[in-house]
Parts: sequence; structure tokens; C-alpha cells
Amino acid sequence: MYTFGDPTQWLPFVFAGLMGVSILVYVILDGFDLGVGVLFPLANEEEKDAMIATIGPFWDANETWLVLAIGLMLVAFPTAHGEILTALYAPVVIMLIGLILRGVAFEFRVKAPAAYKRLWNNAFFTGSLMTSLSQGFMLGLYVMGLDWTLGHVAFAMLTAVFLTVGYSFIGATWMIHKNSDALQLKAVKWARGGIWGLILGVGAVSLATPFVSARIFDKWFSFPQMLWLAPLPIVSALLIGWLWYMLRRMPFRHDRWNWLPFVAATLLWTMAYGGMAYSFYPYVVPEKITIYEAASAPESLFIILVGTLFVLPAIVGYTLLSYWIFRGKARELRYD
Amino acid sequence: MLDTLLLSRIQFAANISFHILFPTITIALGWVLLYFRIRYNRSGESRWMEAYGFWVKIFALSFAMGVVSGITMSFQFGTNWPGFMEIVGNIAGPLLAYEIMTAFFLEAVFLGIMLFGFSRVPRWLHTGATFLVAFGTTMSTFWIIVLNSWMHTPQGFEMIDGVAHATDWWAIIFNPSMPYRFFHMLLASFLTVSFLIAGVSAFRWLIGGRTKGVRVALRTSLFMAALLIPVQIFVGDLHGLNTKEYQPAKVAAMEGIWETERGAPLLLFALPDEEARENHYEVGIPGLASFILTHEWDGEVKGLNEFVAEDGTALHPRVAPVFWSFRVMVGTGMLMLLISWAGAVMMLRKRADGTGRRGVDGMPKVFLFGLVGMTFSGWLATLAGWYTTEIGRQPWLVQGVMTTKEAVADVPAPMVLSSLIAYLAVYAILLGAYIGVIFYLARRASNGQSIEPRLPQSEDAQVRALPAE
Repeated sequence: MYTFGDPTQWLPFVFAGLMGVSILVYVILDGFDLGVGVLFPLANEEEKDAMIATIGPFWDANETWLVLAIGLMLVAFPTAHGEILTALYAPVVIMLIGLILRGVAFEFRVKAPAAYKRLWNNAFFTGSLMTSLSQGFMLGLYVMGLDWTLGHVAFAMLTAVFLTVGYSFIGATWMIHKNSDALQLKAVKWARGGIWGLILGVGAVSLATPFVSARIFDKWFSFPQMLWLAPLPIVSALLIGWLWYMLRRMPFRHDRWNWLPFVAATLLWTMAYGGMAYSFYPYVVPEKITIYEAASAPESLFIILVGTLFVLPAIVGYTLLSYWIFRGKARELRYD
Repeated sequence: MLDTLLLSRIQFAANISFHILFPTITIALGWVLLYFRIRYNRSGESRWMEAYGFWVKIFALSFAMGVVSGITMSFQFGTNWPGFMEIVGNIAGPLLAYEIMTAFFLEAVFLGIMLFGFSRVPRWLHTGATFLVAFGTTMSTFWIIVLNSWMHTPQGFEMIDGVAHATDWWAIIFNPSMPYRFFHMLLASFLTVSFLIAGVSAFRWLIGGRTKGVRVALRTSLFMAALLIPVQIFVGDLHGLNTKEYQPAKVAAMEGIWETERGAPLLLFALPDEEARENHYEVGIPGLASFILTHEWDGEVKGLNEFVAEDGTALHPRVAPVFWSFRVMVGTGMLMLLISWAGAVMMLRKRADGTGRRGVDGMPKVFLFGLVGMTFSGWLATLAGWYTTEIGRQPWLVQGVMTTKEAVADVPAPMVLSSLIAYLAVYAILLGAYIGVIFYLARRASNGQSIEPRLPQSEDAQVRALPAE
């Protein structure tokens, strides 16, 4: 009857995939620029400008992935959007105020009178920290099934700290790529410190998830799935070991391989995220609402999909163009 | 007592009022910057680049404010108004998705190139990036206005089990009020930017920053305002007629007319009384409201009493806010007409010795101070206009389809109150900082700092001579 099978089956799946990819791209891209913000107080005044220069041309587009992810959830899974966001009301407000503070601080810190620069630098750090912490908190609470019990909140507070340190790690690896000399050395040092957050964060979520529900436990620890999934933790562990080893020796002569830690970190995040997606599928509100139950009407999803197929490649294309134009070591940001 | 519904409404109003201030500037300022850029490309005159260099800073600042306050909006649907998407999500969803995909990414990515790429990319790419940013802001306006207009004049859908399903996308997109609202908003943005540029340029002129860049910006903005304000009044009139056809209750509230009547007066002043269902202290011009709305002196205008359910509940909005916002908007518009035309006339006056036009040199100080006073008049008119149309739609959220009450989330009132206070505090600080920084940048530019344009020496703009700042 249908060319591609039943659209109430494959459309929600496709949109869950699109939304998942948007969230992943967001946590990697905004992850590094939030991380740079979290690291802000550790740098001196001059270094702060150099740090901003590594993210200045990109941060706005990076944040747009959040708008896309939340927008896709809104349009494709409206019931889930309402359910999740009303459950996370308080952390969402904190995140939004954080995003507002850091977003405007980019502009104000260089345009306001010099006397206020320190103030806006603080706003940039505070905003980045609020955003990272609240996102980590939401992650923890989501994993625990969106219930505000004492234990869950405690777990969410842990993931808040881990995700923040994790963001600062990926921010530091971005700086290793974009900065040079003394600041690059500092970034290597910060990355060495930050890798802990990554290990503990990925570890905590990975360990906790299977024990939240028997369904997820079975997905991981029954035969033969266990065999197929075994490479995920093994490769992750190897990547972490390799990152560890590399960071002890960086920067290499002639600044070779300066992009490797960032790429390795990206891979690591992708795998951790993939594991999570595997655990929760087909649920969009953990253990309550599946993507099939929450999906909008197929005719509406279809018209969005048609647009997406044309527009998404263009978005990817000009995003790459922008990263290519501002490639290499970051230079001073100026309008002329 | 403040309940969740009212608090959520106030919070949404606060968020969207704060948000709309900045797109209102960036939509038109993007095109004005493109104009400056093209004039410079063609003439090579540094004054155009000087104007570009100053206003691109304000653009960047406004854009950042618009982006971050806009992110808040996309979360509000879920945190406070989940019912909206549950009932009309099948319509609103694709429109919002198209806005994100065709506008947000375009603006955000090319903004980076537009702001920081001047010396990194060829001239055509920089001009192109400026164009794409301006185009992106306009696309964003288009999609969001489509959705908003659909909420006022919904069509092209059917209700199945209480949920709206799209039947005709063409009808949804080109719904009856969309063209009027879209052009009304675009013009509002251009007028806001005209008066912003005129006000800040007049300020720079008054404190001694009398450069060619300031002259050209002032002239451009005054002529733009003088040309567009009559168009805006015309489009506004058409929009009013459209509203009369589709939302007569709103028009009755705008005009403060309780009983249906012929030859209705245009009320200049009145205190609408919701309890007594009448006005106090009316001052009006007989027949003029009928003439404006029906283009006949004794045309019939429906009164508010037609929109009362049998059990006595009002199916029309609260009258006073709609009545007064409408007057603030129209009043500001009339002031804009007066000032921009006076300014244009002064700009065009010839010098006594016949050596060209007097321009800004011929303007009395008091007029320039007046322009400074009008710097943010566009904001006032735009907000008042939006209040008129949005409060005027109440109690409906989507006219005739769902009420605002049906959409609100069951979040405890104290929670909403706390978030509302937090937002208001942040917004107040940021608004103060924003206005302060605009005038600070104007003062700094007038003191000769960072005012000298750095002009590219070679055509491809890769090799640059940079005079010290």
C-alpha cells in the first residue's frame, strides 16, 4: 500500500534519528564552546581574548543545533516535549538564563566601557557554568526517568558536575587545536585534568542506565546482543587510554596532530551517546512514552521531512564553509 | 490572586516583548547594512564603510540579544504551553521547523562570516554573507508571521478527535491575514531602524562627531522613514479592514464600541469600563471610525455586546488594554510621520548661495534633540501594535479553535512566579546595558576612537593596510 512501508512506523523513527543527531551535534559543538566558557577563570586577561577568538565565529550557529533539536522534538513529538520540559521546568529556566547571559556577554565584553569588561567576563563564565550544570542535571534526571526523588536528584547533581567537567575537557581539546604557545600548553594541562570528568560521567551514566529498568538491562546483558555491543565499551576504554597517553606528551613537535584530541573526544562522545540512544529506544520519555505514541500526524511529519532533505545538506555545507574559512589557529576577532 | 494561567501569560508576554525588540532591529538593519556595503562597493567612498562599520557593531549586539531571547521562546511552548502543540502541533510544527531550517542556520552561520570575515574572504563573499544574513532574518519573519497569522485567521485544516490536521498547506501559509501582517511587520522594522539610526546619528552630531559617515547615515534614515511611513499607514489601514472582516470583536475593542452602530465616532480618549460595559469621558470625532473601517460615513461597526455568550461570558478581549495600545501605536505613527517629513524637507532645502543642499547643517538643534528622543519610538509603536493584535485575539489562542486557557501547563504558580521574576530581572539589566552600550559606542565613535575606516588596499581584500586604531 505504501511505497516505503507504513509511515506511522518509519516517520517517527526517522525523526527520532534526526533529533538524536541534532542533540549529538549540539553537545559536541556547543559542548566545546561552553567548555571554553567554563575554563574562563583559569586564564589571564589576554588569554581570555584568545579563548573567545577560538569560538567567536561559531558559537551562534552551534547554539542553533539546540534550537533545531528542541524544535524537532516540539514538532515531531509534541506530547514528549511538553512532558519532558514541564518535568524539567526549573533546570530549563536556569539553562535559558545561562544561555542568555553567556550569549550577550560575547558582545558586551568588547563593546561596553572597559571598566565593565571584567563584569561581562564573569557573566560569560557564570552563564556557561549555569548552562553546563543544568544540562548535566537534566541528563541525570532524564536517565533516572524524570522523577524528582532524593536519590535521583543526587544522581543528577553528580552528572551535572561530570558533564560540566566533560564540556571543559572538550573545550580544552578545541583550544589545543586553535591556540598556540603558552595558552596551548595550559589547554593541554586542563585537558589532562578534565578527562576525569569524561570518564566518570560516561561511566556513571553507563553503569546507572541498565539498573534503572530491567528492559534496558536485558538489552545489554543478554545473549547474543552482548557480543554485538561488546566493542562499544572496549573501544571507548581504548580511546580513553590513548587520549591519556597522548595528552601526557602533547604538544608534539611542529604542533603536529593538534586536532587529534578533539577528534578522539568527539568519537568518545558519539559512542557514549549512541549507547544511551540504544538503551532508551523506542522510548522518548523514559519507560513512559514511545516515539511512536508521541509522534505528530504523518502528513505533517512528511512535509517537514521533504524540506529537511533539501535544507539539511545545505546547512551542513555552509557550516563546513564557515569552519573552513576560520580554519587554523584563531586570530584576533575584528570586524574589519 | 495570580494563578498559573495569568502568570504564564505575563511570562510569555514578557519573554516575547523582550525578544521582539531585537529582531525588529535586525530584520531591517541587515538590509540597511547591505545597502551601505553595496554603496561602498560601487563608489569606493569611505563614508559608506564608516556607516557600515559603526552599525554592524549594533547589529551584532542586537543579533546576539535576539538569538538568546529567541531560544527562550522555543522552550516556553513545552514548559508553559504544552496544550498548544498538542492541539495544533500538526500545523504549527512544520511552520516552526521551516523557520529553523531555512532561516536560523542561514543567519547564524553567515553572521560569523559577515562579522569576522571581512579580511578573510573575498569581497563578493562578504557582501554575499551580508545578503544571506538579511535574507535569513526576513525568512524567519515570514515563517513566524505565517504561524501567528494562522492563529488569527486559521484555515486549511480539519479537527479529528480534538486535534488539528492539515488539509491544505497553501491555504495555511497564505491565510487571509498573513500578507497584511507580514508587510506591516517588515515596515515596522524598517521604521524602527530608521528612527534608531536617525536618533543615534543626531546624538553623534550633537556631541561633535560630525563625520561624513554620520551625515550619510542620518540622511539615509530620514529619507527611509519619510518614504515608508505613508506606506505603513496605508498597509495598516488594509490590515485593519482585514481584521474587521475576520476578528470583528478585536476591532470593536480597538475602537471602544460597545453597541453596534452606524456612523461610529473615532474616540480620541475614553476610559472603557468592563463592568458597566460602557465608556467614561468619551472624546471623539463623529463618524470617523465608520469612515476608516467601512470607507463610508454611516457604515455599520459591530459593537462588543455582539460577542457575549448566552451565559454572559465575554467572547471578546478585555477592552482597555486593546483600546489604549492601539492609540499608542497610531499616535507614535503620526509623530513619526510629522518628524520624518519635517526632517526630509529640511534635508532637501537649498543653501542660500545655491551650492547644493543644506542637509543636517540646516537643522535646528531642537529638531536634532527631537530625533534623539525618537530613537526607540519604533519599539514603542511595534510593541503597542503587537499588544493590540495579540490581546485583541483573547480569549482565543487560535481564533475559534482553542482558548489560551486550554493550552496552559499545570506548573505550580509559585514556580512560574519565580521564573518570571528571574526573567524580568535579567531582561531589565540587559535592556539597560543594551541602550547604554549603543550610546557608549556612539560617544566613543564621536571621540575619534575606532572611527577611521580601515580600507582594503587590494581588491581581493586579502592584503590589508591597517592604520592604528
